[in-house]
Amino acid sequence: MSETMDLIESVEEFRGRARDWIAANLGPIQPWDLSQHCENDAVELVAVARDRALQRQLYDGGFAGICVPPDLDGQGLTPAHQRAFNEELAGYEFPSRFQVPTFNPCLAVLLEFATPAQKKKHIPAILKGEEVWVQMLSEPGGGSDVAGASTGAVRDGDDWLLNGSKVWTSRAWWADWGLCLARTNWNVPKHQGLTVFLVPLRTPGMEIHRIERLSGETEACQEFLTDVRIPDSYRVGEIDAGWSIGTRWMYYERIGHNSPFVTHPIGLTKKTAEGPTIIQIARKAGRLDDPATRELIGESRTLDIVTHELQRRLAAAAASGKGNTDLSSIDRLARGMAGARKASIAFELAGSTAAAWTEEEDVGYGPPGMQFLMRQVSCIGGGTTEISRNVIAERVLGMPREPSGDRNVAYRDIPRGPKRG
Amino acid sequence: MWHTIDSDQELLRDTTMRYLAEKVPLARQRKDRDDPAGFDADYWAAGAELGWTSLLVTEADGGGSVSGKGAVDLALIAYAFGRHAAPGPLVDCNVTAAALSGQAGELQSAALADLISGAGIAACCLGAAPWQQPGEAAISIGKDGGDILINGSIRPVESAGQAKYFLVTGRSDAGFTQVLLPADAPGITIKPLKALDVSRKFASVTFENVRAPAAALLGAFGRAAEPLARQIQNAAVILAAESVGAMDAAFDMTLDWAFQRYTFGRALASYQALKHRFADMKHWLEASHALADAAADAVAAQSLLAADTTSAAKSYIGQYGVELVQDCVQMFGGIGVTYEHDLHFFLRRVTLNSRLYGTPAEHRRLLAATQIEQEQAA
Repeated sequence: MSETMDLIESVEEFRGRARDWIAANLGPIQPWDLSQHCENDAVELVAVARDRALQRQLYDGGFAGICVPPDLDGQGLTPAHQRAFNEELAGYEFPSRFQVPTFNPCLAVLLEFATPAQKKKHIPAILKGEEVWVQMLSEPGGGSDVAGASTGAVRDGDDWLLNGSKVWTSRAWWADWGLCLARTNWNVPKHQGLTVFLVPLRTPGMEIHRIERLSGETEACQEFLTDVRIPDSYRVGEIDAGWSIGTRWMYYERIGHNSPFVTHPIGLTKKTAEGPTIIQIARKAGRLDDPATRELIGESRTLDIVTHELQRRLAAAAASGKGNTDLSSIDRLARGMAGARKASIAFELAGSTAAAWTEEEDVGYGPPGMQFLMRQVSCIGGGTTEISRNVIAERVLGMPREPSGDRNVAYRDIPRGPKRG
Repeated sequence: MWHTIDSDQELLRDTTMRYLAEKVPLARQRKDRDDPAGFDADYWAAGAELGWTSLLVTEADGGGSVSGKGAVDLALIAYAFGRHAAPGPLVDCNVTAAALSGQAGELQSAALADLISGAGIAACCLGAAPWQQPGEAAISIGKDGGDILINGSIRPVESAGQAKYFLVTGRSDAGFTQVLLPADAPGITIKPLKALDVSRKFASVTFENVRAPAAALLGAFGRAAEPLARQIQNAAVILAAESVGAMDAAFDMTLDWAFQRYTFGRALASYQALKHRFADMKHWLEASHALADAAADAVAAQSLLAADTTSAAKSYIGQYGVELVQDCVQMFGGIGVTYEHDLHFFLRRVTLNSRLYGTPAEHRRLLAATQIEQEQAA
C-alpha cells in the first residue's frame, strides 16, 4: 500500500472491501465484547484467547492497525478509513480486549515517542495479537494527580530498578506489558522528575493482586513492584522528561474509544447483543405504556444520540485542526454524565425488581440495580469528570488555574497529609 | 459552528447576520416591545429576498438552496436569528413553504409565491400532533358535502394577526388532515396573547364551522401524518439552530462577564465552583451544536434517522438550552433578570423555542414510541 495521500485506497472502496471481509470472517457480536468482565476467570481466559485469535485474523486479513504506518505492519490509511471500518463492524464480534488501553493509549504513545527499535519490537506484536498492554499510571497515593507518581525507578548499571505500586490496572492479571510512569528524580518539582518505561508484567519482583469491586467484578489489579529490574533500552524518551509524554498520554486516554487506532463497532441503527434494553426492563416492570416511562426511554435514547453526535463533532474539530486537544475533555464529561444518567433511568424503570434478581437475569452489564450501584464509575474511570471540568474551564475557556501546593516545590517536599504535631 | 460550510453558505449566513444587526438590534427591539406585530412588513420582505423563505422549496417552484442541502442552509439563517434574537415567523413560513412546494391548487400557488417573495406570511395552526392521543386533538376537520369543515381552537399561533394564510392541522375520522386557508375566511377569530418573547408575537386562533373547498386540502383527506412528520422535522431543525445561536450569544456574554467581574478581590472566573458550572455549560453548548447540525444534515439527506435526530435535538436543546441560559442568569445575579440587560432576549428565545412544535417531554415520547416499535419489529 502506498504511503502518499493521493494514492491510497478511497474510503468507499476500502469500506466495500471491509464489508465483504467482515461478513466472510467475523461472527455476531458476543456478550463478552460488550461486558469486559466475564462471570469467572476461566470464561474470561477463553474470551482473551478468542480476542488474540481475532486480532491475528485482522492482521492476516490486512485490517489491523488501519492508521499505523506500513513499515510497522499497519495499513497506513486514515482515520476516515478506520471510521468506515468501525461502521461496517456494527453488530459483529471484534477483539474487544485489545482496544483500550492496548491500541489507545499505549500503542498511540509508542508510535509518538518510542525509539525505532522499540516500535519494531512491540507494534507489529500488538497488531498480531501477541501483546496486550496495560497502563501503569494511577497509584494508591493519588488518583487524579497522575504527575504525583511516587513509584520509583533508580539507575543500577545498565538497568533500572523499579519499586512501588500501581493500581486500577485493568487486565494486568493476564496481560503482557505495561506502560509505566515512574519517578526518577525526587529533587525537582513533580512534573520534572518523571520517566516512562516499558515494563513486562511477567517478571521477577512483580506481584499482581486483583481488586474486587462492589459488584464482585475483579478485572482491575494492583501491582506491587519490588526491585523489578529492566534494561535501559526499555526507557521511552529522555530521563526526567516523562511528563511531556504524560500529557499526550492523558490526551489519548481521554479520547478513549474515539481514537483512530481503536477498532470497535459503531452505528446507531444496528442492533447489538448487550443485556436487557431499557424497553425490556420497563416491559418486565409492567410500565411500558406509562407516559412517564416513555419519557425516560426517550431521554435515554436522546443521550445515546447526543453522545454519538458530540463525539463526531469533536473528532471533526480535531481532524480539521480548528479545535485544540483539550476539547476531548468535553466528550469525556459528556460520556460520564450520560452514562450515569442512563444507569439511573434503567434503575428507575426497573422499579422494585432492581432490588433483587435471579441468576438468569445477571447477564450483560449486569442487572439495573447493580449497574446503579456502580453508576459513578462512568464519572471516575479514565480521569474523573471533575478533572475534565477543570480542563474545560482552564484550557478550553482560558479561566485561571487552581492554586496548588506542589507548584515549584521539590517533589520530596510536597505535603502528603495534614501537618501533625 | 464547526460544521463545514462553503463560501456561498458563509455569504448567506453573514449577509443575514449583518442585516439583522442593522435592522433589529436589541436596543430597537427593547423599545418596540409594544408593537403588536413585532416587525415591519418591509423588514420581512427584504429578508425574504436574502433567501429566508425559499431554501426548502424546489427550484421548479421558485425556491432553491445554496448548497444543495436546503435544511442546512436554513439552519445557518436560523442560527443568525438566534444570535440576534431576531423577530419574524421564520419557522412557520418555511414549514408552510416546504409543505406547499410541489402542491397543486390556485391558493397553494399564490401562497407559495407570497411566502417566497415575503409579500405575505403564513401561520401554522398545529391543532393535532403525533405526540398526542387521537382524542386530544384541538382542531377537528370533517367533510360536509363536497366541502371541508374546520372546528376548534388552537394556541399559541405565531404572527396570526399578520398572517395572510393559515396552514391548519387537525384530526378527522380518517386521521391527520391539513388544509390551507386564507386568513380572512369567515368563522376565524384571532385573539392576541401575551407571550414570552419580546418580538415574536402569538395569538389564539378559533375556527367555528369554517368552510373550505376540497381544493384547500394539502394532500389527501386523512393522510397528512407523513407530511406532518416532515413539517415537524423542518420546524425542529430551525428551532434547534435558532436556540443554539441564542445559547452562543448568552454564553459568550456570560463568559466575558466572568473575566470582567471581580468579587472578593478575584475574577468570577477564578472560582472553581463557577469554573465547573461553566464547564457544564460548555458541554451542553457543544452537545447542542452537535445535535442541531446533525438534525439539519439528517433532514437535508432525508435520512432514516431524521425523525429520531430531530426529536433528540428538540428534546435535548429544549432542556439544556434553557438550563444553560438560566445558569447564565445566575452568573450575572440580579442584573440578569433586568429588562435593561441583553440576556433576557436569549432566555426568552430558548424558552419559547422549547415550547413550540413539541416540548422535550413530547419528543421523548415520540422517540420512545419509535424505539418500542423497532424493538417489536426486530
